[in-house]
Amino acid sequence: MAITKRVLVACGTAIATSTVVAVAIEEAMKARGIKIECRQCKASEVPSLVGDVDLVVSTTPIPKNLPKPSIVTLAFLTGVGKADVIEKIAKILQG
Amino acid sequence: MASILSQYFDPRALCLRISARTAEEVIAQLADKLEEIGVVKPSYRAAAISREAAIPTGLPLAPDFAVAVPHTDREHVLRPGFALGTLTEAVPFRSMENPDEELPVRVVFALAITDKNEQIDMLQAVAELLQDPPTIRRIADAKSASEIFAAFAVEATASKG
Repeated sequence: MAITKRVLVACGTAIATSTVVAVAIEEAMKARGIKIECRQCKASEVPSLVGDVDLVVSTTPIPKNLPKPSIVTLAFLTGVGKADVIEKIAKILQG
Repeated sequence: MASILSQYFDPRALCLRISARTAEEVIAQLADKLEEIGVVKPSYRAAAISREAAIPTGLPLAPDFAVAVPHTDREHVLRPGFALGTLTEAVPFRSMENPDEELPVRVVFALAITDKNEQIDMLQAVAELLQDPPTIRRIADAKSASEIFAAFAVEATASKG
């Protein structure tokens, strides 16, 4: 049974960037049959929101030592290394 | 067909071949254009400059080529849109991913956002443009507004397919 995985998408101020990243991740995972739900936040809010998510994806530095897997990447904005990051996210969410 | 970008873009908010030395100068010029055409409030300028200093928006596309997407809170924005600046000589902006790193920025999109969910089409269209190296380089080297709109149209056609 497919369980919906939760992804926390962070950027500097959650004004613009995290929306683009969240939609791109949702589309990429949907194409692979992985059900996810994205939540968006500011990078500074990650430690308080990380508790019930499966993965954190951020475009800007976030605290180290988070209790959950995290990826800092600009790939969903620049396209550079995007296929690799999608692969990495899929692996974490399916694991 | 009209591209999404051209729907949000007023050619009066175009600053081609800016000569500036700092990110602040570039953002100030673009903010002034946005203010002149009624897209942002006068407060946008200082807010976008200080946000860039605290939370930079430089995006590396290649070792010699980066883009920046300065923006700020909606309270400084009157209606959605963006200003576009191109730089003949790269100006250093710090990286979004690694704020200690300076990037050679050639193209700047100063974004005016009132609602990120409503303007997701504009934000996605900008991201698609960044992910199309020949087109973003055409924009960097453009000498006229018509070349910019032609590049937007290429992108619209390409992303439809």
